[in-house]
Amino acid sequence: MDQFLQLVLAGLATGSIYALAAIGFTLVWQTSQTINFAQGEFVMLPAILVLAAVKFLHLPLPAAVLLATGAFLLLFGFGFKRFLVDPMLRHGVLPLAIATMALSILMKEGAKDGFSAEAQQFPSLVPDGAVTLLGATLSLRDIAIFGVAVVAIVALQLFVTRTRTGRMMQATAQNPSVATILGIPTERMILLTFLINAGLAVLASFLISPVYLAKFSNGEVIGTAAFIAAIVGGFNQVRGALVGGFVVGLVDNLAAAYVSSAYRAAVPLVLLVLVILFKPEGLLGRKEERTV
Amino acid sequence: MTSPLSRLDLNLVTLILGAAILWFVPVGMKSYGIYVISFWLVMSIAAMGLNLTLGYAGLKSLAQAAFLGIGAYATALITAKGGVLGPVWSWPLAFVVSGALTFAAGVVLGFPALRVKFHYLAFVTLAFATVMFLIFRNEQWLTGGVYGFPNIPRPTLFGVKLNNDLAFFRFLLMVTLVLSLAMWWLLRSPWGRAFMALRENPLRAASLGVNLRTYTLLAFAIGAGYGGFAGALYAPMVEFIDPAPFAISASFVLLLTVVVGGQGYFLGPFLGAAFSYVLPEVLRVTGGYYLLVYAALVLALLLVSPQGLIGIVEQIRELRRQKTAQAMRDASKVMLEAGR
Amino acid sequence: MNMPVKPPRGATMLRVENLSKHFGGIRAVDGVSFEVNEGEILGIIGPNGCGKSTLFNCILGQLQPTDGRVSLDGEDITGLFPADLNRRGVSRTFQLLQVFPNLAVRENLILAGQEHVGSMMGRLFGPRDAGLGAAAERMIGFFNLGHLAESKAGGLSYGQQKLLDAAMAFMAGPRLVLLDEPAGGVNLTMLAALKERLHAINRDEGATFVVIEHNMEFVMSLCDRVVVMAEGKVLATGTPDEIRADPAVIEAYLGH
Repeated sequence: MDQFLQLVLAGLATGSIYALAAIGFTLVWQTSQTINFAQGEFVMLPAILVLAAVKFLHLPLPAAVLLATGAFLLLFGFGFKRFLVDPMLRHGVLPLAIATMALSILMKEGAKDGFSAEAQQFPSLVPDGAVTLLGATLSLRDIAIFGVAVVAIVALQLFVTRTRTGRMMQATAQNPSVATILGIPTERMILLTFLINAGLAVLASFLISPVYLAKFSNGEVIGTAAFIAAIVGGFNQVRGALVGGFVVGLVDNLAAAYVSSAYRAAVPLVLLVLVILFKPEGLLGRKEERTV
Repeated sequence: MTSPLSRLDLNLVTLILGAAILWFVPVGMKSYGIYVISFWLVMSIAAMGLNLTLGYAGLKSLAQAAFLGIGAYATALITAKGGVLGPVWSWPLAFVVSGALTFAAGVVLGFPALRVKFHYLAFVTLAFATVMFLIFRNEQWLTGGVYGFPNIPRPTLFGVKLNNDLAFFRFLLMVTLVLSLAMWWLLRSPWGRAFMALRENPLRAASLGVNLRTYTLLAFAIGAGYGGFAGALYAPMVEFIDPAPFAISASFVLLLTVVVGGQGYFLGPFLGAAFSYVLPEVLRVTGGYYLLVYAALVLALLLVSPQGLIGIVEQIRELRRQKTAQAMRDASKVMLEAGR
Repeated sequence: MNMPVKPPRGATMLRVENLSKHFGGIRAVDGVSFEVNEGEILGIIGPNGCGKSTLFNCILGQLQPTDGRVSLDGEDITGLFPADLNRRGVSRTFQLLQVFPNLAVRENLILAGQEHVGSMMGRLFGPRDAGLGAAAERMIGFFNLGHLAESKAGGLSYGQQKLLDAAMAFMAGPRLVLLDEPAGGVNLTMLAALKERLHAINRDEGATFVVIEHNMEFVMSLCDRVVVMAEGKVLATGTPDEIRADPAVIEAYLGH
């Protein structure tokens, strides 16, 4: 039982990282039909940038964090939208999706060649300790990850429902053409979603890297998980991405313990298959109308 | 602007000329070089299948590498250890079975295509590809699992076992030519037009009597069949297969191949396969950065020409046409002025 | 296409009886009845939201009617899918242009007729144009699209696409064509040409049309008879002159 609780918490912790990535992924898809295959690398890179700033620019950690965050938001929030998405969107969803595939390779190889192929330590604000609850030993770091992610998601939710800008952004995400008619500055709102996506990626990066170390290949697992989470949750729903992220995280962690290692990697994929076969619109998605 | 269909005859000429040239190209090449161009031909066939499904009919399939795998493993099973029908007839049987199996799989997979929309289809093919990969990897008794399937024999043609790489390449070239000619014929027939109608305007197509269900299933099944054929050629080419080349990432690479080559253009798959499978090998000379350079090239290409490599040719043609039209307009203006 | 033995001109071809379409509490089409005679051009007009388009979609199988019956030459065709209607010689144009944008004009036309030629396997091994090359040329000539025959349909001007749209509807040699707002957004010159071509096809081929339109002048000068709709119901039926004089119509159209 105690092991189960531990696994659940670990699952919620990784699940919250997947959720952050999946939410950003879904937001970007909703507002601008962009399938970002580089989302995993988006989560990998900010930590690498911080370490690079410390190593090459000899900056103290807080300054490095600020610089890396700013640079990332500029390059992969604004720059991504302006120089990759905008020019390519006219030509359909697929070429842009392929371009993000290429971008993911670029980011991964860039991190490997430009910084290091080795896994690196990433400093954590939370000490490496544990707390005992109901007889289970729960890692402080996992609790911290879960907690911070939840706060961020709640903050995002409040922003979207309580502020004017947030509501405009949500309207743009749900129906861009109607939003334009209503006078919402959709271009700015779309840019905002890209910036939020970049911000969520930065947060996820800083949360996960202390635990799993910063490595150029981190993006692969996270990217796949985020993609699966978004689909499982229902491709068109942010709420779904949230649920999907936690489901994938939990399933993955529980599988690691209770399923033999040969099949372990298959479990999230099997989950994906089951959801697609029995509820293709996702756990939280709405069935789309079929035309004659 | 000319339509894609009238250009297909130029494609036929390119195809035949290309085959003639390629017959002689590998003479004197080292075995690595022959391997690379053999690999290019095999993947072109797989890409051709996906181009039909995706580029012409507009159906989002992420399972092409799985069909490749089905063909490869079926061929391995039929031809290994002397072969089910002996050394001469086993491979032809395997070729036919690979195509038939994947065709049937395509029909089965095509059914959800009729009920679901847009990206949901991509998910269904993704699920299928995942399941197939898991079977390849975990069913060790059948496929050898992660340990692979060794000793896949080369086919025997006119009493000669094609162990010589150059001989096998030429055999491969002929099979590719036949399959390409069949695809060429298919695409320029009324069926090809109907496939494009699926992509261009399914609503109008239906109201004009185009049977959406039949053509969708056909587009899926034939595309899958070509994946199977490619697999039947891949297995004896490498003589040892494991699940890795048939993973989901391989399906994405095939997707990239079709898009980069130019989706919906006949020669697109050949160019795309050269870009995806030959170029990285060529780039290896730049040392450890080759993947970086490759990704940068893909990105740059797509930004310049989202219609892919053939798209660049199209853009040049279009520019020339506009220049001619403008020149004619200017000339007639001059004449009008002079006439006053 | 196998054409049945032609009934004499003037016989009832299409009969709509008590057709209704309800969307929840809204009665978009409410008990509409009318007949279309062989060889005539019938117009359906009415203010925005009177149910014309919904009526069309019900007849053409795009929507399932809630009540009522549609019959063609006496055969009940209520609720049949568009592809089935197409096989019975019924064809339509679309309000929002529906061409195949990346295919050439000629290819669009051949596509419009090819599914009626022979069998599927026959078409795979038969000629490239399914034997429709000549017919396509005729259409191209008839609608004056000659210089555009090889151009991509998506690159044509709006008016030219409308002509192509109409031409496609005629490719299969249909007996009955339903035109959905054919004049919408077309400039005056093109409009006159369109009207003239439609008259010509009706005269020469004996094709029967039903036309929904906003453009009163277009309908009045083109159609033999007119059905006026308002709020889902039929307000009046008759020749253009009769309609113009009908007090109920005048009241509904005050200012039009």
